[in-house]
Amino acid sequence: MNKKLYVARSPRIAARQLGEEMLIMSAQGSTLFTLNPTATILWQGADGATTLDEIVERRICSEFDVNLEEAMRDAETLAEDLARHGILLVSEEPIINRNLVLQEQH
Amino acid sequence: MPELATQSEHYSAVITIGDVAIRLNTIDADFLQILHRRYAGFLSPDAHAEFSFDVDLLPPTFLSPDVDLSVSHRSGRWVLDRGDFRAEWEPAAHRGSIRQTANPYSIDAVLRIVHTLVLARQGGFLLHSAGAIRNGKAFLFAGVSGAGKTTISRLAPPDATLLTDEISYIAKREKGYVAFGTPFTGELAKLGENCSAPVAALYLLAQGPENRIEAVTAADAGRGLLANMLFFAEDHELVHWAFKAACDFVDRVPVFRLTFVPDARVWEMIT
Repeated sequence: MNKKLYVARSPRIAARQLGEEMLIMSAQGSTLFTLNPTATILWQGADGATTLDEIVERRICSEFDVNLEEAMRDAETLAEDLARHGILLVSEEPIINRNLVLQEQH
Repeated sequence: MPELATQSEHYSAVITIGDVAIRLNTIDADFLQILHRRYAGFLSPDAHAEFSFDVDLLPPTFLSPDVDLSVSHRSGRWVLDRGDFRAEWEPAAHRGSIRQTANPYSIDAVLRIVHTLVLARQGGFLLHSAGAIRNGKAFLFAGVSGAGKTTISRLAPPDATLLTDEISYIAKREKGYVAFGTPFTGELAKLGENCSAPVAALYLLAQGPENRIEAVTAADAGRGLLANMLFFAEDHELVHWAFKAACDFVDRVPVFRLTFVPDARVWEMIT
């Protein structure tokens, strides 16, 4: 059985939804990222307490016409990718120390 | 009995850009003249300077500005380091120091960085853009080198007041944003006028076969603005402020893409 993965927004980024798109700026290299709709949902749900499969089941599968297994595979790949860019934290334990998260969401 | 020490003359120039006056202190009368020539129109000897820098001049030598710029912050002190200068600045103490040779380019770079850092905390920024006032409103034309900032500045009609052909100074106010003239010049090598006006629009420049103004999405506006903002440090808080400033700006100021041919008729669309 796969381990549960918890995801949290990195404290070292700033983010804002501008129109239809989520823009994220990382302090690491002052890099600007634009998230696609699926990544935006994953990122918004990444509160450190909710597992990745819960986010996929409750928020992604309900929004897009995709089966759970396929969506989970894509979400794990996406989460790893976002983590590699310093946007997301991924852990097998709940991520509770998120006091420093700076985000600009309207 | 011979004198054991000689007393040096002390000179200073107060340079006000936007709302912020910075005093530069030197013991070199020739360097003072360099400052007076470089910042004519932005000198305000009687202004209360918010920050004061002692400029320590090094002997002429080969110091390359091409060495990567480093801007770091530790324990309340900013350190600005490039091949041709090293500056330290303590904002809380309102003072700092600069070591460089007697040239106007190094001091110009230090001033740009200091103003960027000061503005960031206030929701403002410096922008790679030409700027001009027309009918009491400021219009900004942003773009990287070669995008057309100097060209559109050259084409400005007589009733337009040029704020800059290279770097705009944008301050946040309660009711919007205000653009100030700057002495930071590009190819035009002409100082902007030392005046200001509310920002009416930002145009992201592109050159093309015809004059055209197009709406851009909010995200494109944000990306376009961030791509042209002066930004010097990988400091976490500074990234947050700069990003917030850009997002707030595009929330409140109309942003367009301006495609133009190098022809004065483009200004017929800027009113």
